This record gives sequence, C-alpha cells and structure tokens, in this order.
Amino acid sequence: MSSIEERVKKIVAEQLGVKEEDVSESASFVEDLGADSLDTVELVMALEEEFETEIPDEEAEKITTVRLAIDYIKENLQ
Amino acid sequence: MTKRRVVVTGMGMISPLGNSVAETWQNVLAGKSGIALIDRFDVSEFTTRIGGAIKNFDVADYMAAKEAKRFDPFIHYGVAAAEQALSDSGLEVTESNAQRIGTAIGSGIGGIGLIESSRTIIDKSGPRKLSPFTVPGAIINMVAGVLAIKHNLQGPSIAIATACTTGTHNIGMAARMIAYGDADAMLVGGAEMATTPVGLGGFAAARAMSTRNDDPQAASRPWDKQRDGFVLGDGAGMLVLEEYEFAKRRGAEIHAELLGFGMSCDAFHMTSPPEDGRGAQAAMQNALNDAGLNAEKIDYINAHGTSTVAGDVAESKAIEQLLGSAAAKVAVSSTKSMVGHLLGAAGAVEAIFSILALRDQVAPPTINLDEPDDACTLNYVPNTAQQRNLAYVLSNSFGFGGTNGSLLFGQLQN
Repeated sequence: MSSIEERVKKIVAEQLGVKEEDVSESASFVEDLGADSLDTVELVMALEEEFETEIPDEEAEKITTVRLAIDYIKENLQ
Repeated sequence: MTKRRVVVTGMGMISPLGNSVAETWQNVLAGKSGIALIDRFDVSEFTTRIGGAIKNFDVADYMAAKEAKRFDPFIHYGVAAAEQALSDSGLEVTESNAQRIGTAIGSGIGGIGLIESSRTIIDKSGPRKLSPFTVPGAIINMVAGVLAIKHNLQGPSIAIATACTTGTHNIGMAARMIAYGDADAMLVGGAEMATTPVGLGGFAAARAMSTRNDDPQAASRPWDKQRDGFVLGDGAGMLVLEEYEFAKRRGAEIHAELLGFGMSCDAFHMTSPPEDGRGAQAAMQNALNDAGLNAEKIDYINAHGTSTVAGDVAESKAIEQLLGSAAAKVAVSSTKSMVGHLLGAAGAVEAIFSILALRDQVAPPTINLDEPDDACTLNYVPNTAQQRNLAYVLSNSFGFGGTNGSLLFGQLQN
C-alpha cells in the first residue's frame, strides 16, 4: 500500500495534468501547479473519493498546497 | 453601405462517415451509410435502436485528457472539427487581429448526456458529488468558449441554438457580422451528441424517428415511399469564414463565397411543417434576395431532407414553387440519407458538403431512394453521385419550432 504522501501526489498530478515528479510537498496548487478555482474544487473531490472522507467546504478552502492536503488527510483519517 | 464579401477558407468535420472532411466526403460520394445499431447504452427498450455514431475518435488528438474528461462529447466533436477548420484555413491569430476574429458555434441540445449522468450522481451520491464542471461542461456556448480561450479569439462569441437549423443560422449570422464589420474572420458551425437515453427516447416519443431497426443502413431514405422518420447522427461541422479582402491579403486558399443567407419561420406547428412548405420557400427566397440572384440560377440544393413523411414532401413542394419550370433541371439531394440527422451540426456539415459539391462539380447522392413518393418529382440524385456543372448551390435547414435557414454558396468570382 502506498503512503498517504504518494497517494495525494498521484491524485494531484492526475487532476491537474502535471508530472508526478513536479508535485513537491511545498507546491501551491494555484501558484506552482497552474490550477484555477474550479480545478481546486475538483481536486478536493478527488481526494475525498480516494480517502473515502468528506472535507467540509470551509476546510477545503484552506487546502492550498500539497503539504496542507497531506496534513489534512493524516489528521482526519482514523 | 455596400456589403463586405464573405468567403470560406477552412473546413473541418467529425461525422458518422469519418473523422475528417476528406474521409467523410469520399464515403458520401461512394454512397455509404454511417448508420448502425447503437451500442453506447442498452437500447433494448427503445422503439428506435439505430443511429450514426462517431467511430475511432480519440479526443486526445485534440485536447489534453485532463480537460477532455470535463466536457460532454458534443464539445469534443466541436473542438476537433474546429481545430481541423482552423488548420485548413492557415489563419494565424496575432495580437493585432485577435479582436477581429470571433466564434459562432451552436448545438441543438448541448450536453444532454452530461446532464443525464449528473442527475444520476445526485440520486446515487448526493449533490455534493457533482463536478464543478457540470455546468460549464454541458452548456451550448462552451464549444465557442473553449476555442476562443485556446486560440485567443477576442471578437464576437455567440452560440445560436435553433434546433436543426443551428448550424445554418450560426454560419449565416456570423457572415452578417463579417459583412457588417463586427469581425474580419469567424470560426463557425455546430456540434451535437444527442444519442443518449433521453435524446433518443425523446425523439422517439415525438414519433419523429425511423424504427427500421432490422436494416439500419436503409433507415434514412429521404423522399422514398417507404421512409418512416429520421435517424440521429452525431458529430460536428466547422468552417472558417473571412472577409474577402482579409483572406486575399494573407493569401488564403478560398473554398467558396457565401453569397446569400435567408431565414423564416413557419409559425405553424412545433414539430411539423405546413404542407405547402411555404416557410422553407421563404427562407430560400430570402437567401436568393440576399445574393441578388434569380432562382433559376441554382444548380444544386443540399436539402434538409430528413426522411420524415411530412417534411420531405413539404420541402420538395417548396423547391418546385421556388424554381417553377427551372425545377426540372436542379439537382436536389439529402446527405442525411448517409450520415443521418446531426441536428445542430447538420447545417454546418451540409454547408461543407455543398461547398465540396461546388469544388468537385458533383452532386452527392440520396441513398436508399428506391421508389420516390408520388408527390415528389424532382431529381433527388438517387443512389449515385452525378457529375454536373454547378455554379450556385443552396443548403437548407429547418428545425423544430418552425425555424428555417438557407445558405447560398458560389465559386469565387473576382
């Protein structure tokens, strides 16, 4: 089983159409990976699907980097 | 004010008979049918189970996979045909001309498949699971939107939606924009992917479609005694229109001149034409008036000819009334006998066939025309293409709501 880090990076790469090696943990979805507002909504939905969780909108808005996504998943998965 | 002249410099097509203009035209001239049993979804409960599907099409040839998955297939087909048309025209968008180049691309129904599957998501998983691209991926004007963004086309951007007259109206109104001076070039046409459960079931419920499920290739048979309705086709047709001097200055290859455009409404019934075809006749007459041409000059008419019992007779009568004694020498054919009815894309695909007829001096056939209806007495180019001298051609489209449009093309004259 892949680590949470690997799974998040894979989804980010797929959703934003970038190479997995370009998805560093410090990368910002909008500034570094070229996402727009609709892309980030779709990305959060893909993370919800992958980790079988629901991310409330007010939390989703704060997830703006790969690191923040990984942290959120780790904290909120049992 | 003298009208600025409008010419066609680019053409692109995705159709049930091929994923390019050249491949489709070759199959049309050979009298092939693109109609088959529908296999995209379970059609066993539907009264009509046949259609003209797009085959061997890979959207990745035209847009990134990440982008493609957000859009309904009608947008895939539209973008693909438009990319072909732009490439064919050789038009280069620059900082200095970008504001003078626009888009007029419609669809009869738009992203009905995506709307249907989105409703299923709500029922299964709740509204929070809807993609943020549900609306932008389905709305009719997004073919124009996507192409404008990709190619920096900053001129007018419209999407006329007039059912089966959509393609014709977008071409005609875009030409008016060029003639009037709103733009120097326009990317125009229509795209459709209505072969979905609701699309197929809805047209079937309106009793508009053929139920010849046991012989799909013979189902679309305009003017034939045994016709029993139209057959849905999927795809897109796109053209690049340019102001004549603008095209000439950049040394563009000019395929034809768009000489006239006419419109009318039957003001009669939602889905049926009046028996005498007066609305159709008015649209053709208005196109002739726009071109300043007499009716007897018309050599070929690419008819709306959907293979419905009432529509085919009405159009045939309209042509007889319009041309009078000259009706005996005009060639009239329906390419819908081969590709099916592409609804909002039909007018654009058929405008292209009309231009190719001019280029190659050949009238494409109406296939499956074994025994014409007694009320239909014109030369419908039955089953085999006819080499003819063609100087002026008309392309007709008539839609639900009684909306009519007719385009008149001619070879470029200096």
